Amino acid sequence: MAQRPLSPHLQIWRWGPHMLTSILHRATGDGMALVGLGILLWWLGALASGPEAYATFVWAASSPVGYLFMIGLTWAFFTHMMSGLRHFVLDIGAGYELDTNRFWSIAAPIIAIILTVIVWTYLLLRDGGMV
Amino acid sequence: MGNGTSIGRVRGLGPSHEGAHHWLIHRFSAISNLVLMSWLVISLLMLSDYSYETVSAWLAQPLSAVAMILLVASLFWHARMGLQVLIEDYIHNAGSKFGLLSLLNLAAIGGAAFGIFSVATLAFGVQN
Repeated sequence: MAQRPLSPHLQIWRWGPHMLTSILHRATGDGMALVGLGILLWWLGALASGPEAYATFVWAASSPVGYLFMIGLTWAFFTHMMSGLRHFVLDIGAGYELDTNRFWSIAAPIIAIILTVIVWTYLLLRDGGMV
Repeated sequence: MGNGTSIGRVRGLGPSHEGAHHWLIHRFSAISNLVLMSWLVISLLMLSDYSYETVSAWLAQPLSAVAMILLVASLFWHARMGLQVLIEDYIHNAGSKFGLLSLLNLAAIGGAAFGIFSVATLAFGVQN
C-alpha cells in the first residue's frame, strides 16, 4: 500500500456519545447482516419446508439461547433503525449544531432500548413469548 | 487520477476508489427497509400466535408474500452494501479484499434467492 497520511483513529479523540452511536450503528448493522439474515432465512426455509422443520425452528428460537438471539436482534434492529434515522437527518445537512448532535446521539440508542422493552413486554405478557 | 484541480488529485484515493452511487443505493435500500420492516414488525405483533398454521397462513396471502419477497431483496441488498464497506475499511490486502467481496456477492445473492424461493413455495402451496 502507498504510504499516505491516515486520518486519526479512535484513540486520538476524546470520547463522546456520537462515537458510541456511530460504532453501534456499524456493529448492529453488520451483526444483523451476518447473524440476523441467517435466522430470517432459517425461519422462511422452515415455513416453506413444513410443520416439522418449523417446530425445530421454534424449539431453537424459544430456548434460552434463542431468546438471547431474538431479543438481541430486536435491540440491534431498533438501534440501527434509530441511528439510521439520525443519519437521514445528518445526510440532508441538518442536526450538526453541537447541542442537537449530542442530544440525538444519546437519544437514538436510548429510544431503541425503550422500543425493545415495549415489544418484548408486550410479547411476554401476552402469551409467554414466542409460542 | 488527474493532477490538475485539487479534487482531481484526491478523487479515487479512498479504500473503494468510488462511492457516490454506493452511498445512494445504501440510502434507497435503507428507506425500503424502514417501510417493509415496519410492516413486518407490526404484522408479527398482530398475529394471535406463532404456530405453523397461523404464520404460514398469514405469509401465504398475496400481500404478505409480496411484501416479504420485497423485504428479503431490500434487506440483502442493504446488507451487501454495508458488509462491502466493512471489508473495504478493514481488509487492506487487494487479493483478500477481492476474495471476500466475491464471497459476499455469492452469499448475498444466494441468500436472497433462497429466501424469495421459500416465500414463493409457501404462497403457491407446493410444499407437502
